Amino acid sequence: MNNKTIAIIAAVIVVIAAVGVYAYTTVTGPDKSKLRISTTTSLEDTGLLKELEAAFERKYPGVDVHVVSGGTGIAIQYGERGDVDLMLVHDKARETKFVNEGFGTNRTEFAFNYFWIVGPADDPAGIKGLNATEAFKKIAEEGKTNPQVEFVSRGDDSGTHAREKKIWNTSGIDINKTKGPWYIESGKGMGDTLIIANEKNAYTISDSGTFLSFSKEGKIKLVPLVTTGRDLLNVYTAIPINPQKHPRTNVEAGNNFVNFMLSPEGQEIIGNFGKAKFGEPLFTPVPTNPVPALIAPLLSVPAHS
Amino acid sequence: MNEIIGAIEQAIYLIATFDPEVVEITIRSLYISLTATFIASLIAIPVGGMIYYYDFYGKRTIINLIQTLYSAPTVLVGLFLFLLISHQGPFGFLNLLFTPTGMIIGQTLLIMPILVGFTITALVGVSSHIKELAISLGASASQTIVTIVKEARYAIMGAVILGFGRAISEVGVAILIGGNIRGFTRVFTTTISLETSKGNIELSIALGFILLAIALIINLMLNFLQGRD
Repeated sequence: MNNKTIAIIAAVIVVIAAVGVYAYTTVTGPDKSKLRISTTTSLEDTGLLKELEAAFERKYPGVDVHVVSGGTGIAIQYGERGDVDLMLVHDKARETKFVNEGFGTNRTEFAFNYFWIVGPADDPAGIKGLNATEAFKKIAEEGKTNPQVEFVSRGDDSGTHAREKKIWNTSGIDINKTKGPWYIESGKGMGDTLIIANEKNAYTISDSGTFLSFSKEGKIKLVPLVTTGRDLLNVYTAIPINPQKHPRTNVEAGNNFVNFMLSPEGQEIIGNFGKAKFGEPLFTPVPTNPVPALIAPLLSVPAHS
Repeated sequence: MNEIIGAIEQAIYLIATFDPEVVEITIRSLYISLTATFIASLIAIPVGGMIYYYDFYGKRTIINLIQTLYSAPTVLVGLFLFLLISHQGPFGFLNLLFTPTGMIIGQTLLIMPILVGFTITALVGVSSHIKELAISLGASASQTIVTIVKEARYAIMGAVILGFGRAISEVGVAILIGGNIRGFTRVFTTTISLETSKGNIELSIALGFILLAIALIINLMLNFLQGRD
């Protein structure tokens, strides 16, 4: 009996050791077969990335793409910690900082669309026809007095949230001082935030891709109210992680994925995505497509470092 | 109301037709949580046995601590493990973040306190004269522990099932450690969370049903075991 117990304990130790050795030997060094991408909720929620991933894996059968989605804030965190090989995000200020600090090799713009200020069809704050900053001012003013006017913020440090804060700033409004019960922070992704805004008949700011896919599928009844202007341009960027910071980074697969998105095949997928389902594309590919004159100065040539 | 009924119909359709995504997620969830429960049992039952058997300084404190950890928030366990196994963490070199193995480790840590604690409780429930009898018959410490564990096996199995229930229904570790990667680390709870945020209620409800069915089976097993004990 005693021997048996000892045998069991020995067996357990052997199993644990074996698992440890297995884990150690199979996971050291860069994993050539795996490409880990952290991305924003919009690219995942609309389904664009799923399509790009499938086409990429057909072209590179040896690579398995693993997508982790969250707001741009968390996506960049994963990049800084070296937990992913490539980031697909949309917040120029933080992207530039990321590359300048040596975490990423370079920024490559691969698609754009617009942020839209959306809200209830009867537009209680009367923002239709205004530009983004005027619309935000109006919402803040009306929000204080008119109980029907509410605004849902992502509040999650995402690219969309960063843009929202930027527009508040340009409007000359200190949102931390101004916010009241009318200003709701969801702390969630774009999809959840749209659903909350829809439930509350409130205004919010959304990337046009997620908004269109939700609206055309009948998940929300909100309508786009402010849709153009420089303040609302939304550029998506790919940033491979710098292998000098994180040696385990799968550089090759990361670069292949970026080049794939810029190739005619990738551009076609991006440019056509959503056409069949929603009647209009959700994203415009960069840079082979002619860029509207209005936004041309806002798109920069990728700065290779 | 119509929305809910329509979604439920859709959900039943997805389950009845063995929708590949539903099947795949079910198998992965079961694999991860069962493995975690198995490893946790392998460690927790002997540890619980030893804590029960030996009298030592601070025993009461340790038991209190274990009981406190019963209700450790799953996101806290997830965050703690994330810091350990993220590339920057001390175990980053093992590449465990965003893998099923990482999730198994997280769930194992999560349910270990329950298994140790409930094992101790189960053993205390075994009349102490069995322990004394075994010792008086000349049994060694390990022999005595094995004998008592055998006596309390149904109560311990109940604890194991409870641990499995907590593992399969938690979302904190699954999302922070697994990252919800499609076809790789996506499980019941993370899918329900994601699909609901995407407005896809049908798939969420289908998975919710399966999760409920598993809970029901667990409950039936628990009742069965308690009935036998």
